[in-house]
Amino acid sequence: MTEQTRKVAFICSKGDLDMAYPALVMGWAALGNGIDVTIFFTFWGMDMIRKTRQDHLEVAPLANTAMKMSMMGIKGADNAGIPNIMGMLPGMTAFATKLMKDKMKTLGVPPIGEYLQMMVDGGAKLYACKMSVDMFGLKKEDFVDGVIDIVTAGDFMDMTEGAQVIFI
Amino acid sequence: MATKTIATKIVQVNEEGFMTNPAEWTKEIAAEIAKEDGIAELTAAHWKVIEFCRKEGMTSGKAPTLRQITSGAGVTTKEMFALFPKGPAKKVAHISGLGKPEGCV
Repeated sequence: MTEQTRKVAFICSKGDLDMAYPALVMGWAALGNGIDVTIFFTFWGMDMIRKTRQDHLEVAPLANTAMKMSMMGIKGADNAGIPNIMGMLPGMTAFATKLMKDKMKTLGVPPIGEYLQMMVDGGAKLYACKMSVDMFGLKKEDFVDGVIDIVTAGDFMDMTEGAQVIFI
Repeated sequence: MATKTIATKIVQVNEEGFMTNPAEWTKEIAAEIAKEDGIAELTAAHWKVIEFCRKEGMTSGKAPTLRQITSGAGVTTKEMFALFPKGPAKKVAHISGLGKPEGCV
């Protein structure tokens, strides 16, 4: 066997609930297909691996032009937007978040923490970005167990040589 | 539709080598495909997973996803990746004579 193992690396930079899933879904599919997976968490993306934040990611309807009334359970309202003034109301973000989490649950999609643990068990390598860690004043202990280390951008470049890199 | 001889039996396969008629599957075929996938010998732990997939596949017509296997067959994710290294989702379906899993998790 001279065939090289395909490698995929994700850079997760967002801390919104909806932006956390792409890397998880694709990364999990990659592992299932025998592809090496590395995930680098930077900026708000670090919320995905922070013990205190991981299970509290949210999705906000405010200024979210793609989120329509139909997603709030109103049938046929595919093009009726959620007025920003409504999105501003207290509880709206929590409400949208709950709807999304419930939907995920019915589809059998695990929550962020469980998903990441599954990926670590499947061999995915998780790293936190040094600059972001310094900026947010975090420590290795603030992250969940699967996180291997805090590394620099240069380290990331070294460890992802030959990998396909996906920025989210 | 292409055919392939596996363990002295002629079976129908698709372009990726997945069996298209699960009814043609036998245990001997499973052992042969496993070798092809780099698993020299199927142990009791492998069979537990394969049998679960066969049961699921025959009732739903689809290969179960990795998560369906881990929650249904009582195997952990770690064990799955140890038993079927480098791509358990694909390998299990391949060995069990089912198509590729259609779900994402």
